[in-house]
Amino acid sequence: MPEKKITLSVSVNGVAHTATVEPRMLLSDFLRHELGLTGTHVGCEHGVCGACTVILDGRSARSCLTLAVQAEGVEIETVEGQGSVDRLGRIQEAFRQHHALQCGFCTPGFIMAITDMLRHHPLESDEQIREALSGNICRCTGYEHIVNAVRELARERGPLT
Amino acid sequence: MKPAPFEYLAATSAAEAAEALAAANGDGKIIAGGQSLMPMINFRLVKPTILIDINRIAGLDRIEKHGERLRIGATVRHRMTATDALVHRHIPILHDAMHHVAHLTVRNRGTFCGSVCHADPAAEMPVMTLLLDGTITALSIRGERQIAASDFFVGSLMTALEPDEFVTSIDIDTLPPETGWGFEEFSRRHGDFALACVATTLRIVDGVAGDVRFGMMGVGETPLRLPDIETLVEGQAISEMLLQDVSETLKGLLHPNTDIHASADYRLHLAGALARRALRDAWTRATLRKDGADA
Repeated sequence: MPEKKITLSVSVNGVAHTATVEPRMLLSDFLRHELGLTGTHVGCEHGVCGACTVILDGRSARSCLTLAVQAEGVEIETVEGQGSVDRLGRIQEAFRQHHALQCGFCTPGFIMAITDMLRHHPLESDEQIREALSGNICRCTGYEHIVNAVRELARERGPLT
Repeated sequence: MKPAPFEYLAATSAAEAAEALAAANGDGKIIAGGQSLMPMINFRLVKPTILIDINRIAGLDRIEKHGERLRIGATVRHRMTATDALVHRHIPILHDAMHHVAHLTVRNRGTFCGSVCHADPAAEMPVMTLLLDGTITALSIRGERQIAASDFFVGSLMTALEPDEFVTSIDIDTLPPETGWGFEEFSRRHGDFALACVATTLRIVDGVAGDVRFGMMGVGETPLRLPDIETLVEGQAISEMLLQDVSETLKGLLHPNTDIHASADYRLHLAGALARRALRDAWTRATLRKDGADA
Protein backbone atom coordinates (compact mmCIF):
# COMPACT_ATOMS: atom_id res chain seq x y z
CA MET A 1 0.00 0.00 0.00
CA PRO A 2 1.44 3.38 -0.92
CA GLU A 3 1.47 5.44 2.23
CA LYS A 4 1.68 9.18 2.19
CA LYS A 5 4.73 10.64 3.86
CA ILE A 6 4.10 13.46 6.28
CA THR A 7 6.23 16.53 6.95
CA LEU A 8 6.53 17.44 10.62
CA SER A 9 8.17 20.14 12.69
CA VAL A 10 9.40 19.42 16.18
CA SER A 11 11.67 21.01 18.72
CA VAL A 12 14.25 18.72 20.28
CA ASN A 13 16.15 20.13 23.25
CA GLY A 14 15.26 23.61 22.02
CA VAL A 15 16.45 23.05 18.43
CA ALA A 16 13.83 23.15 15.65
CA HIS A 17 13.79 20.28 13.14
CA THR A 18 11.66 19.63 10.08
CA ALA A 19 11.55 16.22 8.41
CA THR A 20 9.36 14.16 6.12
CA VAL A 21 8.64 10.66 7.39
CA GLU A 22 6.43 7.65 6.90
CA PRO A 23 3.49 7.63 9.36
CA ARG A 24 4.66 4.32 10.79
CA MET A 25 8.02 5.69 11.93
CA LEU A 26 8.32 5.44 15.72
CA LEU A 27 9.50 8.54 17.55
CA SER A 28 12.43 6.52 18.92
CA ASP A 29 13.60 5.69 15.38
CA PHE A 30 12.97 9.26 14.25
CA LEU A 31 15.26 10.63 16.96
CA ARG A 32 17.98 8.08 16.28
CA HIS A 33 17.91 7.65 12.50
CA GLU A 34 16.54 10.95 11.17
CA LEU A 35 18.10 13.33 13.69
CA GLY A 36 21.15 11.25 14.69
CA LEU A 37 20.32 11.61 18.39
CA THR A 38 21.36 8.12 19.45
CA GLY A 39 21.26 8.85 23.18
CA THR A 40 17.67 7.59 23.24
CA HIS A 41 18.00 3.82 23.39
CA VAL A 42 15.66 1.22 21.97
CA GLY A 43 15.18 -1.85 24.15
CA CYS A 44 11.96 -3.86 24.02
CA GLU A 45 10.07 -1.70 21.51
CA HIS A 46 6.74 -2.44 23.17
CA GLY A 47 6.66 -0.11 26.14
CA VAL A 48 7.97 -2.40 28.88
CA CYS A 49 11.64 -1.58 29.46
CA GLY A 50 11.61 2.24 29.57
CA ALA A 51 14.99 2.64 27.81
CA CYS A 52 13.46 4.92 25.14
CA THR A 53 11.84 7.34 27.62
CA VAL A 54 11.85 10.98 26.47
CA ILE A 55 9.91 14.04 27.59
CA LEU A 56 7.06 15.33 25.44
CA ASP A 57 5.69 18.76 26.36
CA GLY A 58 7.02 18.37 29.90
CA ARG A 59 5.92 14.80 30.67
CA SER A 60 7.80 11.55 30.24
CA ALA A 61 6.68 9.22 27.45
CA ARG A 62 7.80 6.00 25.78
CA SER A 63 9.18 7.11 22.41
CA CYS A 64 8.66 3.55 21.08
CA LEU A 65 4.91 3.87 21.75
CA THR A 66 4.67 7.26 20.07
CA LEU A 67 4.70 7.88 16.33
CA ALA A 68 6.98 10.61 15.03
CA VAL A 69 3.99 12.18 13.25
CA GLN A 70 2.20 12.52 16.60
CA ALA A 71 5.01 14.79 17.80
CA GLU A 72 4.06 17.60 15.36
CA GLY A 73 4.58 20.88 17.24
CA VAL A 74 5.70 19.10 20.41
CA GLU A 75 8.66 20.16 22.56
CA ILE A 76 10.80 17.04 22.93
CA GLU A 77 13.54 16.63 25.52
CA THR A 78 16.08 13.81 25.21
CA VAL A 79 19.11 12.78 27.22
CA GLU A 80 21.32 14.87 24.89
CA GLY A 81 19.72 17.96 26.46
CA GLN A 82 20.89 16.96 29.94
CA GLY A 83 24.61 17.47 29.50
CA SER A 84 27.68 16.17 27.71
CA VAL A 85 30.62 13.96 28.63
CA ASP A 86 32.59 17.08 29.56
CA ARG A 87 29.73 18.80 31.35
CA LEU A 88 27.41 16.29 32.98
CA GLY A 89 23.91 17.42 33.92
CA ARG A 90 22.95 17.21 37.61
CA ILE A 91 21.09 13.89 37.29
CA GLN A 92 23.95 12.41 35.27
CA GLU A 93 26.44 13.62 37.88
CA ALA A 94 24.37 12.03 40.67
CA PHE A 95 24.35 8.75 38.70
CA ARG A 96 28.16 8.94 38.39
CA GLN A 97 28.68 9.71 42.06
CA HIS A 98 26.40 6.90 43.23
CA HIS A 99 27.51 4.28 40.68
CA ALA A 100 23.90 4.18 39.50
CA LEU A 101 24.87 2.65 36.16
CA GLN A 102 26.97 -0.22 34.89
CA CYS A 103 26.51 -1.05 31.21
CA GLY A 104 24.58 2.18 30.71
CA PHE A 105 22.02 0.86 28.24
CA CYS A 106 19.00 1.73 30.40
CA THR A 107 20.52 4.95 31.76
CA PRO A 108 19.11 7.52 29.27
CA GLY A 109 15.59 6.24 29.96
CA PHE A 110 16.13 6.44 33.72
CA ILE A 111 17.56 9.97 33.42
CA MET A 112 14.52 11.18 31.48
CA ALA A 113 11.99 9.43 33.75
CA ILE A 114 13.75 10.95 36.77
CA THR A 115 13.61 14.40 35.13
CA ASP A 116 9.80 14.06 35.09
CA MET A 117 9.74 12.63 38.63
CA LEU A 118 11.78 15.52 40.04
CA ARG A 119 9.49 18.07 38.39
CA HIS A 120 6.16 16.55 39.41
CA HIS A 121 6.37 13.90 42.11
CA PRO A 122 6.74 14.11 45.89
CA LEU A 123 9.53 11.47 46.25
CA GLU A 124 9.41 11.84 50.04
CA SER A 125 9.99 8.16 50.81
CA ASP A 126 11.98 5.33 49.26
CA GLU A 127 8.64 3.67 48.53
CA GLN A 128 7.56 6.64 46.40
CA ILE A 129 10.94 6.69 44.67
CA ARG A 130 10.79 2.95 43.92
CA GLU A 131 7.24 3.23 42.64
CA ALA A 132 8.19 6.12 40.36
CA LEU A 133 11.20 4.14 39.04
CA SER A 134 9.14 0.98 38.49
CA GLY A 135 8.55 1.67 34.80
CA ASN A 136 12.25 1.38 33.94
CA ILE A 137 14.15 -1.88 33.87
CA CYS A 138 17.87 -2.18 34.72
CA ARG A 139 19.57 -5.56 34.49
CA CYS A 140 22.90 -4.55 36.06
CA THR A 141 22.64 -2.41 39.15
CA GLY A 142 19.94 -4.08 41.23
CA TYR A 143 18.45 -0.58 41.49
CA GLU A 144 19.87 0.24 44.96
CA HIS A 145 22.36 2.79 43.65
CA ILE A 146 19.75 4.33 41.37
CA VAL A 147 17.45 4.79 44.39
CA ASN A 148 20.39 6.36 46.27
CA ALA A 149 20.98 8.83 43.44
CA VAL A 150 17.31 9.79 43.26
CA ARG A 151 17.08 10.14 47.05
CA GLU A 152 19.92 12.68 46.95
CA LEU A 153 18.37 14.54 44.00
CA ALA A 154 14.98 14.65 45.77
CA ARG A 155 16.63 16.00 48.93
CA GLU A 156 18.38 18.73 46.94
CA ARG A 157 15.14 19.65 45.24
CA GLY A 158 13.16 19.83 48.48
CA PRO A 159 9.39 19.48 48.74
CA LEU A 160 7.22 20.23 45.71
CA THR A 161 5.44 23.56 45.95
CA MET B 1 9.57 -4.99 15.51
CA LYS B 2 8.39 -2.10 13.39
CA PRO B 3 4.79 -1.36 12.43
CA ALA B 4 3.42 -2.36 9.03
CA PRO B 5 2.68 0.64 6.80
CA PHE B 6 -0.45 2.69 7.39
CA GLU B 7 -1.89 6.11 6.64
CA TYR B 8 -2.25 8.64 9.42
CA LEU B 9 -4.91 11.26 10.05
CA ALA B 10 -4.79 13.78 12.89
CA ALA B 11 -8.54 14.39 13.09
CA THR B 12 -9.66 17.85 14.19
CA SER B 13 -13.30 16.94 14.89
CA ALA B 14 -15.18 13.87 16.08
CA ALA B 15 -17.21 13.92 12.85
CA GLU B 16 -14.01 13.83 10.76
CA ALA B 17 -12.72 10.88 12.81
CA ALA B 18 -16.05 9.03 12.38
CA GLU B 19 -15.99 9.58 8.62
CA ALA B 20 -12.42 8.34 8.30
CA LEU B 21 -13.22 5.29 10.42
CA ALA B 22 -16.26 4.45 8.27
CA ALA B 23 -14.25 4.93 5.07
CA ALA B 24 -11.61 2.48 6.35
CA ASN B 25 -14.19 -0.30 6.16
CA GLY B 26 -13.21 -2.03 9.39
CA ASP B 27 -9.45 -1.65 8.87
CA GLY B 28 -9.04 1.68 10.67
CA LYS B 29 -7.94 2.17 14.27
CA ILE B 30 -8.44 5.11 16.58
CA ILE B 31 -5.40 6.19 18.61
CA ALA B 32 -5.45 8.34 21.75
CA GLY B 33 -2.74 7.44 24.29
CA GLY B 34 -1.54 4.43 22.32
CA GLN B 35 -0.22 2.60 25.39
CA SER B 36 -2.12 -0.59 24.53
CA LEU B 37 -2.51 -0.16 20.78
CA MET B 38 1.08 0.73 19.89
CA PRO B 39 2.62 -2.47 21.31
CA MET B 40 0.12 -4.45 19.21
CA ILE B 41 0.96 -2.37 16.15
CA ASN B 42 4.71 -2.77 16.76
CA PHE B 43 4.24 -6.55 16.98
CA ARG B 44 2.05 -6.41 13.85
CA LEU B 45 -0.74 -8.10 15.77
CA VAL B 46 -2.78 -5.17 14.50
CA LYS B 47 -2.27 -3.87 10.96
CA PRO B 48 -4.58 -0.93 10.39
CA THR B 49 -4.72 0.69 6.94
CA ILE B 50 -5.25 4.03 8.65
CA LEU B 51 -4.56 5.30 12.13
CA ILE B 52 -6.93 8.07 13.19
CA ASP B 53 -5.48 10.25 15.93
CA ILE B 54 -8.13 11.89 18.15
CA ASN B 55 -5.70 13.79 20.39
CA ARG B 56 -6.20 17.09 18.58
CA ILE B 57 -10.01 17.06 18.80
CA ALA B 58 -11.04 19.88 21.16
CA GLY B 59 -13.16 19.11 24.21
CA LEU B 60 -12.39 15.40 24.67
CA ASP B 61 -9.77 16.02 27.37
CA ARG B 62 -12.15 16.93 30.20
CA ILE B 63 -13.68 15.36 33.29
CA GLU B 64 -17.07 16.95 34.01
CA LYS B 65 -19.80 16.36 36.58
CA HIS B 66 -23.29 15.97 35.14
CA GLY B 67 -25.76 15.43 37.97
CA GLU B 68 -24.66 12.34 39.89
CA ARG B 69 -22.36 11.15 37.10
CA LEU B 70 -18.84 12.02 35.99
CA ARG B 71 -18.17 12.20 32.27
CA ILE B 72 -14.64 11.26 31.25
CA GLY B 73 -13.64 12.38 27.76
CA ALA B 74 -11.82 10.13 25.30
CA THR B 75 -8.43 11.79 25.63
CA VAL B 76 -8.36 12.15 29.46
CA ARG B 77 -5.02 10.67 30.56
CA HIS B 78 -4.63 8.35 33.54
CA ARG B 79 -2.49 11.07 35.11
CA MET B 80 -5.45 13.45 34.96
CA THR B 81 -7.92 10.91 36.41
CA ALA B 82 -5.40 10.17 39.18
CA THR B 83 -5.07 13.82 40.20
CA ASP B 84 -8.56 15.15 39.40
CA ALA B 85 -10.34 16.83 42.34
CA LEU B 86 -13.81 15.64 41.23
CA VAL B 87 -12.63 12.03 41.10
CA HIS B 88 -10.94 12.36 44.47
CA ARG B 89 -14.02 13.85 46.12
CA HIS B 90 -16.80 11.85 44.50
CA ILE B 91 -15.25 8.50 43.56
CA PRO B 92 -12.43 7.80 46.04
CA ILE B 93 -12.31 4.13 44.99
CA LEU B 94 -11.33 5.22 41.47
CA HIS B 95 -8.67 7.50 42.93
CA ASP B 96 -7.35 4.47 44.85
CA ALA B 97 -7.46 2.23 41.80
CA MET B 98 -5.35 4.68 39.78
CA HIS B 99 -2.32 3.88 41.92
CA HIS B 100 -2.33 0.40 40.42
CA VAL B 101 -2.42 1.51 36.79
CA ALA B 102 0.86 0.75 35.03
CA HIS B 103 3.77 3.15 35.56
CA LEU B 104 4.31 6.90 35.73
CA THR B 105 5.38 7.23 32.11
CA VAL B 106 2.50 5.10 30.84
CA ARG B 107 -0.03 7.02 32.97
CA ASN B 108 1.19 10.26 31.34
CA ARG B 109 -0.08 9.09 27.94
CA GLY B 110 -2.60 6.27 28.47
CA THR B 111 -6.29 7.18 28.63
CA PHE B 112 -9.24 6.00 30.73
CA CYS B 113 -11.44 5.43 27.67
CA GLY B 114 -8.64 3.74 25.74
CA SER B 115 -8.10 1.25 28.53
CA VAL B 116 -11.84 0.48 28.57
CA CYS B 117 -11.83 -0.02 24.77
CA HIS B 118 -8.79 -2.28 24.96
CA ALA B 119 -10.79 -4.38 27.46
CA ASP B 120 -7.91 -6.27 29.00
CA PRO B 121 -9.55 -8.59 31.55
CA ALA B 122 -6.83 -7.72 34.09
CA ALA B 123 -6.90 -3.92 33.72
CA GLU B 124 -8.33 -1.54 36.32
CA MET B 125 -10.41 0.90 34.26
CA PRO B 126 -12.72 -1.73 32.71
CA VAL B 127 -13.68 -3.15 36.13
CA MET B 128 -14.15 0.37 37.54
CA THR B 129 -16.46 1.21 34.62
CA LEU B 130 -18.48 -1.92 35.32
CA LEU B 131 -18.57 -1.31 39.09
CA LEU B 132 -19.71 2.30 38.63
CA ASP B 133 -22.52 1.36 36.18
CA GLY B 134 -20.71 3.13 33.35
CA THR B 135 -22.30 4.17 30.09
CA ILE B 136 -20.06 4.21 27.06
CA THR B 137 -20.88 6.79 24.37
CA ALA B 138 -19.87 5.59 20.92
CA LEU B 139 -19.93 7.67 17.76
CA SER B 140 -20.12 6.64 14.12
CA ILE B 141 -21.43 8.26 10.95
CA ARG B 142 -24.71 6.51 11.84
CA GLY B 143 -24.95 8.65 14.97
CA GLU B 144 -24.31 8.35 18.67
CA ARG B 145 -25.04 5.23 20.71
CA GLN B 146 -25.02 4.62 24.47
CA ILE B 147 -23.79 1.22 25.62
CA ALA B 148 -24.16 0.03 29.22
CA ALA B 149 -20.92 -1.26 30.72
CA SER B 150 -22.72 -4.53 31.48
CA ASP B 151 -23.19 -5.05 27.70
CA PHE B 152 -19.82 -3.64 26.65
CA PHE B 153 -17.26 -6.26 27.70
CA VAL B 154 -17.82 -9.25 25.42
CA GLY B 155 -14.59 -11.20 25.90
CA SER B 156 -10.89 -10.84 26.43
CA LEU B 157 -9.91 -7.73 24.41
CA MET B 158 -13.38 -7.78 22.83
CA THR B 159 -16.09 -5.15 23.22
CA ALA B 160 -19.54 -4.39 21.80
CA LEU B 161 -18.11 -1.57 19.66
CA GLU B 162 -18.86 -1.92 15.95
CA PRO B 163 -15.86 -1.53 13.60
CA ASP B 164 -17.04 1.94 12.54
CA GLU B 165 -17.65 3.19 16.11
CA PHE B 166 -15.33 4.88 18.53
CA VAL B 167 -15.74 6.05 22.12
CA THR B 168 -16.05 9.78 22.74
CA SER B 169 -16.72 9.63 26.49
CA ILE B 170 -17.70 7.38 29.38
CA ASP B 171 -20.12 8.34 32.16
CA ILE B 172 -19.72 6.73 35.59
CA ASP B 173 -21.56 7.00 38.91
CA THR B 174 -20.32 9.25 41.65
CA LEU B 175 -20.86 7.72 45.09
CA PRO B 176 -22.72 9.24 48.07
CA PRO B 177 -20.22 10.67 50.60
CA GLU B 178 -20.95 8.01 53.25
CA THR B 179 -19.99 5.20 50.87
CA GLY B 180 -17.14 2.97 52.00
CA TRP B 181 -14.89 1.22 49.51
CA GLY B 182 -12.29 -1.48 49.24
CA PHE B 183 -9.87 -1.97 46.37
CA GLU B 184 -7.50 -4.90 46.63
CA GLU B 185 -5.23 -6.01 43.83
CA PHE B 186 -2.43 -8.52 43.70
CA SER B 187 0.23 -8.42 41.01
CA ARG B 188 3.78 -9.77 40.92
CA ARG B 189 5.38 -6.38 40.48
CA HIS B 190 3.99 -2.90 41.03
CA GLY B 191 2.18 -1.71 37.91
CA ASP B 192 1.86 -5.14 36.31
CA PHE B 193 -1.48 -6.54 35.28
CA ALA B 194 -3.43 -8.05 38.17
CA LEU B 195 -3.48 -11.76 38.97
CA ALA B 196 -6.71 -10.99 40.79
CA CYS B 197 -8.46 -7.85 41.96
CA VAL B 198 -11.57 -6.99 43.99
CA ALA B 199 -13.35 -3.63 43.95
CA THR B 200 -16.31 -3.13 46.25
CA THR B 201 -18.42 -0.30 47.65
CA LEU B 202 -21.19 -0.25 50.26
CA ARG B 203 -23.04 2.00 52.68
CA ILE B 204 -24.13 1.23 56.20
CA VAL B 205 -27.88 1.63 56.61
CA ASP B 206 -29.38 0.73 60.00
CA GLY B 207 -26.27 -1.18 60.99
CA VAL B 208 -26.12 -3.37 57.87
CA ALA B 209 -24.61 -3.10 54.39
CA GLY B 210 -26.65 -1.42 51.66
CA ASP B 211 -26.07 -0.46 48.00
CA VAL B 212 -23.43 -3.18 47.77
CA ARG B 213 -21.39 -3.28 44.60
CA PHE B 214 -18.84 -6.03 44.07
CA GLY B 215 -16.56 -6.33 41.04
CA MET B 216 -13.57 -8.48 40.16
CA MET B 217 -10.99 -8.73 37.42
CA GLY B 218 -8.08 -10.92 36.48
CA VAL B 219 -10.17 -14.03 37.12
CA GLY B 220 -12.16 -14.33 33.88
CA GLU B 221 -12.36 -13.36 30.22
CA THR B 222 -13.89 -10.00 31.13
CA PRO B 223 -14.14 -7.82 34.22
CA LEU B 224 -16.99 -9.11 36.39
CA ARG B 225 -19.81 -7.78 38.53
CA LEU B 226 -20.93 -10.51 40.91
CA PRO B 227 -24.62 -9.98 41.79
CA ASP B 228 -24.63 -13.19 43.88
CA ILE B 229 -22.03 -11.70 46.21
CA GLU B 230 -23.81 -8.35 46.27
CA THR B 231 -27.04 -10.10 47.33
CA LEU B 232 -25.19 -12.16 49.90
CA VAL B 233 -23.68 -9.09 51.58
CA GLU B 234 -26.69 -6.77 51.17
CA GLY B 235 -28.54 -6.39 54.46
CA GLN B 236 -25.78 -8.06 56.51
CA ALA B 237 -23.21 -6.69 58.91
CA ILE B 238 -19.68 -7.68 57.89
CA SER B 239 -18.54 -10.51 60.14
CA GLU B 240 -15.87 -13.19 59.88
CA MET B 241 -18.62 -15.73 59.20
CA LEU B 242 -20.02 -13.65 56.33
CA LEU B 243 -16.55 -13.13 54.85
CA GLN B 244 -15.96 -16.89 55.01
CA ASP B 245 -19.27 -17.39 53.24
CA VAL B 246 -18.21 -14.87 50.54
CA SER B 247 -14.94 -16.65 49.79
CA GLU B 248 -16.66 -20.06 49.68
CA THR B 249 -19.34 -18.70 47.33
CA LEU B 250 -16.69 -17.16 45.08
CA LYS B 251 -15.16 -20.61 44.49
CA GLY B 252 -18.40 -21.69 42.84
CA LEU B 253 -18.82 -18.50 40.82
CA LEU B 254 -15.36 -18.04 39.35
CA HIS B 255 -13.62 -20.10 36.69
CA PRO B 256 -10.18 -18.54 36.38
CA ASN B 257 -7.59 -19.75 33.89
CA THR B 258 -4.24 -21.28 34.59
CA ASP B 259 -1.53 -19.43 32.73
CA ILE B 260 2.17 -18.65 32.97
CA HIS B 261 1.49 -16.11 35.75
CA ALA B 262 -0.68 -18.13 38.14
CA SER B 263 -2.66 -21.36 38.43
CA ALA B 264 -6.45 -21.37 38.57
CA ASP B 265 -6.30 -22.66 42.17
CA TYR B 266 -3.99 -19.85 43.21
CA ARG B 267 -6.24 -17.26 41.56
CA LEU B 268 -9.25 -18.67 43.43
CA HIS B 269 -7.33 -18.51 46.69
CA LEU B 270 -6.36 -14.89 45.94
CA ALA B 271 -9.95 -14.02 45.02
CA GLY B 272 -11.18 -15.13 48.44
CA ALA B 273 -8.39 -13.42 50.35
CA LEU B 274 -8.75 -10.15 48.44
CA ALA B 275 -12.56 -10.21 48.75
CA ARG B 276 -12.32 -10.54 52.54
CA ARG B 277 -9.83 -7.67 52.77
CA ALA B 278 -11.76 -5.40 50.40
CA LEU B 279 -15.10 -5.95 52.16
CA ARG B 280 -13.50 -5.36 55.56
CA ASP B 281 -11.94 -2.09 54.25
CA ALA B 282 -15.27 -0.99 52.74
CA TRP B 283 -17.09 -1.68 56.03
CA THR B 284 -14.48 0.20 58.07
CA ARG B 285 -14.50 3.18 55.74
CA ALA B 286 -18.31 3.26 55.64
CA THR B 287 -18.34 3.24 59.45
CA LEU B 288 -15.84 6.11 59.64
CA ARG B 289 -17.58 8.14 56.96
CA LYS B 290 -21.00 7.62 58.55
CA ASP B 291 -19.66 8.76 61.91
CA GLY B 292 -18.01 11.71 60.17
CA ALA B 293 -21.30 12.64 58.50
CA ASP B 294 -23.24 12.26 61.77
CA ALA B 295 -20.82 14.43 63.71
